[in-house]
Amino acid sequence: MATIEPSQRSPGGEPRAAVLTAAPSPKLEVRGLDVFYRGEKGGETHALQDVTVDVFPREVLALIGPSGCGKSTFLRVLNRMNDTIPGARVAGKVLLEGEDILAKDYDVVTLRRRVGMVFQRPQPFPKSIFDNVAYGLRAHGLADKREITRRVEQALGRAALWDEVKDRLDAAALGLSGGQAQRLCIARALAVEPEVLLLDEPTSAPDPIATAKLEELIAELKADLTIVIVTHSMQQAARVSQRTAFFYMGRLIEVGATKQMFTRPRETRTEDYITGRFG
Amino acid sequence: MSATSPSRSEQVPLAESAPREARESAAPAWRRSPPRWHGVAEALIKTTALVAIVAIVLIFVFIAAETLPLFTSHEVRAEVTPSTMAWKQTWGEAAARWSWQPASEIPKYSIAPLIIGSLKITVVAVLVGAPLGILAAIFTSQVAPRWLREILKPTIELLAGIPSVVIGVFALLVMATWTHRLFGLEHRLNAVVAGCALSLTIIPLVFTLAEDALSSVPKSFADASLALGASKMHTVLHVMVPAALPGIAAGVVLGFGRALGETMIVVMASGNAALVSWSLGVSTRTITATIAQEMAEVVHGSPHYVVLFALGAVLLLFAFATNVLAMRIVESFRRKRGGS
Repeated sequence: MATIEPSQRSPGGEPRAAVLTAAPSPKLEVRGLDVFYRGEKGGETHALQDVTVDVFPREVLALIGPSGCGKSTFLRVLNRMNDTIPGARVAGKVLLEGEDILAKDYDVVTLRRRVGMVFQRPQPFPKSIFDNVAYGLRAHGLADKREITRRVEQALGRAALWDEVKDRLDAAALGLSGGQAQRLCIARALAVEPEVLLLDEPTSAPDPIATAKLEELIAELKADLTIVIVTHSMQQAARVSQRTAFFYMGRLIEVGATKQMFTRPRETRTEDYITGRFG
Repeated sequence: MSATSPSRSEQVPLAESAPREARESAAPAWRRSPPRWHGVAEALIKTTALVAIVAIVLIFVFIAAETLPLFTSHEVRAEVTPSTMAWKQTWGEAAARWSWQPASEIPKYSIAPLIIGSLKITVVAVLVGAPLGILAAIFTSQVAPRWLREILKPTIELLAGIPSVVIGVFALLVMATWTHRLFGLEHRLNAVVAGCALSLTIIPLVFTLAEDALSSVPKSFADASLALGASKMHTVLHVMVPAALPGIAAGVVLGFGRALGETMIVVMASGNAALVSWSLGVSTRTITATIAQEMAEVVHGSPHYVVLFALGAVLLLFAFATNVLAMRIVESFRRKRGGS
């Protein structure tokens, strides 16, 4: 699989994604991305094969596909969380506003400040609610207490959690419910003001109210953030995203405007998956 | 699943309400009652647990019984009482002094020098051993690459397998000479030498428990922190170590208990002079070393013999107090973090 240089492609990256390609320059450009995992016994799994896609500013891109199709792997590449997996190897290019984030000398700490991530299982730290949200700020060297308080309150507000926790900011975060914990993790990510937010199946717990709240939240956040969300739920992808990418067996099968993907997919495999014939 | 669940839901009400014959006829033919050896195994496990508990209780009873004459026997109390043990001794013309001289013509039984000696050496051992053990655990579990970790962990844990008499000889011949040359302390064998030698026995203990605690912090904690743009070191210090703190604290307390109870090393390396002094540079005698050295020569049932058992009781109380304190600390950590 030859790596495709950005220059060899038409402007905007994806000639097939007709709708949004013309106007803004992409926030993230992924070019010929391959990811390999080395197994315990030496064999290598080709987890992602030759993925090329753009993510545009202030859009929600949904990643769908059956379990093990590589969508979470793709998400983790975007802020180099794959670095923490022993034996993971990445080839290709991922450009954040034109800069290659996969370059050896690229500072991952800075990258992760710009590209935040919220994991599938909410993992509050065993600290107070306030300290959880302040964690990233303090890690980035912010020491001014008043400023920290201001930003924590703002982040909790943006994550639609403020009203529920404002009277118990000093309480342990581990006492929060699943949906609240997930929004706490989003607040924690928002507090450091990232430009891109990666969400890995944020609503996998079957809680309809929490899911509705989270989807509202995503709709509000996209006003000033770029969001990439992995989801198992086709309905969720249809509700929250402007564009959808379908992954299957480590390949990006199709990417396009969500409406078009769900009504007139070009690929039969996409159609089969969306209509529930497999997956 | 779907095939078996309806039949199961039919059986449940039967088993609860129907008479015995109906229940038995409803059971499928392949079902047998558990084999007899399950019962034997259960009895064996119960007995083993009971034996362990009884052994501990008997030790307590034994020590209490041998200490009792200190409170009841006139013969013993003519020579020593709990209050004389706890206070300065007066004899002849000399001024009252803290003195442990049980074998002299006028036996003196102040236990203060022994308690001070035990505390001095134990504190030195913990102050040297605990930081080394904890830092080694942090390095091994969080910083070192996997191949190095696989060498480091068993190597440090191997320290625990060195017989204490070997460490004692090392302290007596090597460490004592070094510390004497380096610091020129008052006595060649002193609390610093004994404490440093003792730290060799608690390092593997603290290391093992701290390393286990750190390694069992879920990787998702580290991931969550790194994804927020925290550096590796910030993650270790502000997320991983605090999350492992109960385990680390438990390791330190166990190390304290181990150092307090260790005997062979202090007999060999401490100098064994029962002095009342907070200086770390003088010879020091501990409770354990006193019991070990004097028990062999004492007349059974004599006041001295009873006092040695009283020392054993004091040691037990110390150990008990440390354990209670440790549990309190761990519990308060847990409560502050709210859950799990």
